Amino acid sequence: MYSEDDLLPLSALQHYLFCKRQCALIHVEQQWVENLFTAEGRIMHERVDQSGGETRGGLRIDHGLPLRSLRLGLIGKADVVEFHRQEDGNWIPFPVEYKRGKTKKENWDKVQLCAQAICLEEMLGASVPEGALFYGRNRRRLLVGFDELLRAETESTAMSLHKLVASGKTPRPVYTKLCDSCSFVDVCRPKTLEKRKRIDEYLFRL
Amino acid sequence: MKKHLNTLFVTTQGAYLAKEGETVTVKVDGTVKLQIPVHTLDGIVCFGQVSCSPYLMGFCAEKDVTISFLTEYGRFLARVQGPVSGNVLLRREQYRRADDRESSAAVARSVLAGKISNSRTLLQRALRDHGEKIETNDLQSVVDRLNAILMHVQNERELDRLRGYEGEAANLYFSVFDHLITAQKDSFYFRQRNRRPPLDRVNCLLSFIYTLVMHDIRSALECTGLDPAVGFLHRDRPGRPGLALDLMEEFRPYIADRMTLTLINLMQVKDKGFEIKSSGAVLMDDETRKKVLVAYQKRKQDEITHPFLKEKMPLGLLFYTQALMFARYLRGDLEGYPAFIWR
Repeated sequence: MYSEDDLLPLSALQHYLFCKRQCALIHVEQQWVENLFTAEGRIMHERVDQSGGETRGGLRIDHGLPLRSLRLGLIGKADVVEFHRQEDGNWIPFPVEYKRGKTKKENWDKVQLCAQAICLEEMLGASVPEGALFYGRNRRRLLVGFDELLRAETESTAMSLHKLVASGKTPRPVYTKLCDSCSFVDVCRPKTLEKRKRIDEYLFRL
Repeated sequence: MKKHLNTLFVTTQGAYLAKEGETVTVKVDGTVKLQIPVHTLDGIVCFGQVSCSPYLMGFCAEKDVTISFLTEYGRFLARVQGPVSGNVLLRREQYRRADDRESSAAVARSVLAGKISNSRTLLQRALRDHGEKIETNDLQSVVDRLNAILMHVQNERELDRLRGYEGEAANLYFSVFDHLITAQKDSFYFRQRNRRPPLDRVNCLLSFIYTLVMHDIRSALECTGLDPAVGFLHRDRPGRPGLALDLMEEFRPYIADRMTLTLINLMQVKDKGFEIKSSGAVLMDDETRKKVLVAYQKRKQDEITHPFLKEKMPLGLLFYTQALMFARYLRGDLEGYPAFIWR
């Protein structure tokens, strides 16, 4: 169990899975660089969060719901949580996360959503079997079941994330194609700093 | 131990500061209200709509007098600094001491003594003022145990054990905090301290007021040239203002906890001013937030006598005074840091 002091943002899971160095730049070095993609995402989330709650029939919808899990050591907000009424009168929480882009082949978004589900389970004492990702680009909802495999991946990602932040060290960069779309590329300098360049060689070439 | 008195705080809205010879003049509506020789000043702190002539800024920079600009509410905006400043020496001393466990423990001992003593005073005052309305036995036994912990703290030299005492004292104190709520008990109750997110209205109020105090202390530290991020009791963590949190400890009971209780007990906040989300998180609405801000600003104008300096000052200047004394302590003018003790 983590203490309230040790909680890290839910979104850091994504940063961690995308790139450990980017994750450290944000969560250890406290840097933030915005580009078109991050700005679009931020504005979309602000819009989603602002709308309040509503109820119709067997469905209740909450926006911008504060979440936290002391077990995973995470804190954040759910864009949307739907509560589906069951025949026995119980409500089952169903988190929906909005993403500006399109469906990814990696598990990143699913892990973040699963972490939200684990937060909801911890806070409400209910079980949360599934949720959905809504992608802005193709306007499609992807149903995500929280099976053992995804839960295990979520837990181990949260653990590695805490380890990285606790170390206080930024991993060295490794240049990949992903770097070209990363807003941190100018801060990170992956191509220059990837190889350990000899500084004395550089200086003596003058 | 003299210099800390020589900080000029300008709170009059619309005031204009200018250089005249070797002095600083403060003009309000075109007339000179105050004129001070610059060599008697350590710093100038301007709140809100206060302006300074560029000549004064340059002159102060030359004379090593820091000018800081804060909002009317005390949030740090900017600082004017000359090319050479003594602050780097102060900060280096702060880092050296923070790296040293024994020195860290000395600071921790002082701020915790302040915090625990002030928590105890809050409970004692409740016993004295509302003895007929509240659970006196529980309260009295916590007061007695806090006394015992306070004695241990004063004799403890080991940082981790000090942190242990702090946890114990906080648990004890918060275990009876609910007894101090004497009105609206159906909607304002306190079971335990939680904040990320707050799970009841009382925690929501506490967290918000702690944030206000933290911002003010951070500003005060910035003005003094200290690094708010490097703490002694609080370990370094990215994004966390460790020293601000250290110096805040003594003010939690005295300012924030007491204000929370007043707002509830005098029914200045109502249950409807809070939104309870379906995950159990509690948020304050805009109107309640405004009420709390106004109450906080008003509180800062209350005049108090500083327990160490024996000097009258508005409560809002306490943060700066404590920060200045912390700096004097680091510079060797004081043997220890005199935490604010509420009497």
